[in-house]
Amino acid sequence: MTEHQAVIPCSEAVRQLWDYLDQAVSPEEQEQVEQHLSFCRTCCGELEFAKELRGFLASQGAEELPPHVKARLERFVDDL
Amino acid sequence: MVEVQDRTKESFQQLATAELPALYWLARRLVRDGAEDLVQEALLRAYRSYGTLRQDTAAGPWLKTILVNVFRDQLRRQDRTVEELPVDQVEDFSLYQTLVEQDPLPYSDTLHHDYLQAFGNEDVREVLLRLPELYRAPLVLRYMDGFATKEIARLLDVPLGTVLARLHRGRRRFEQELWAYAQETGLLLKGAVR
Repeated sequence: MTEHQAVIPCSEAVRQLWDYLDQAVSPEEQEQVEQHLSFCRTCCGELEFAKELRGFLASQGAEELPPHVKARLERFVDDL
Repeated sequence: MVEVQDRTKESFQQLATAELPALYWLARRLVRDGAEDLVQEALLRAYRSYGTLRQDTAAGPWLKTILVNVFRDQLRRQDRTVEELPVDQVEDFSLYQTLVEQDPLPYSDTLHHDYLQAFGNEDVREVLLRLPELYRAPLVLRYMDGFATKEIARLLDVPLGTVLARLHRGRRRFEQELWAYAQETGLLLKGAVR
């Protein structure tokens, strides 16, 4: 961390966690988040939960279609 | 696999049929009612512009993009104005912290994981549908369907900064609603930890 960078509070670190995981923060912000995580156990927990929640959302995949929906949509495609 | 050159009605039908589940479940997350209509309208548009599909391997994202365009156009026609949530209304809530403090699964060694696993697909959809479209659509597109934020900005026709702000508020609101939904429905009391 460079000398002039202030340590960010938990609220700011938490606000940036998902963007941090998305690699959508600037190098300076990344450094600030990592600096904060290096000493804040609570925010490390927030980070792990953010990862868990992202994985959970991504796992909500496309299941098989209900039979009646499948039949209707396939008929629609056949009639194009 | 359908060849690019083979842009026949039959090849479109084959390609579209393979993508029906992905399109339908995306539509179900975007709208409470009318998911089938949304898919059908998207398929019609896609068929009319089948010639613009450059690679057969891109058929899935191509069809999803068209579906999101139809969704966006529907929202515009409805002309529903949804106000942006005040920042402080959503900033303070942390589901992680709430779970630590309330400990709704006292016998769990993996509280946060088990809490999420209590939600089935339909529960997640109900929670998503509690969010205004303004926040729901970016959340679904980014974290469930894997669109890049720049692509979402283009699809929804809003600046990138707006997408990032809505994603942030949408995530917070989603966490709030995950908690509220479980409380209101007694989800954890049903022994629904799966």
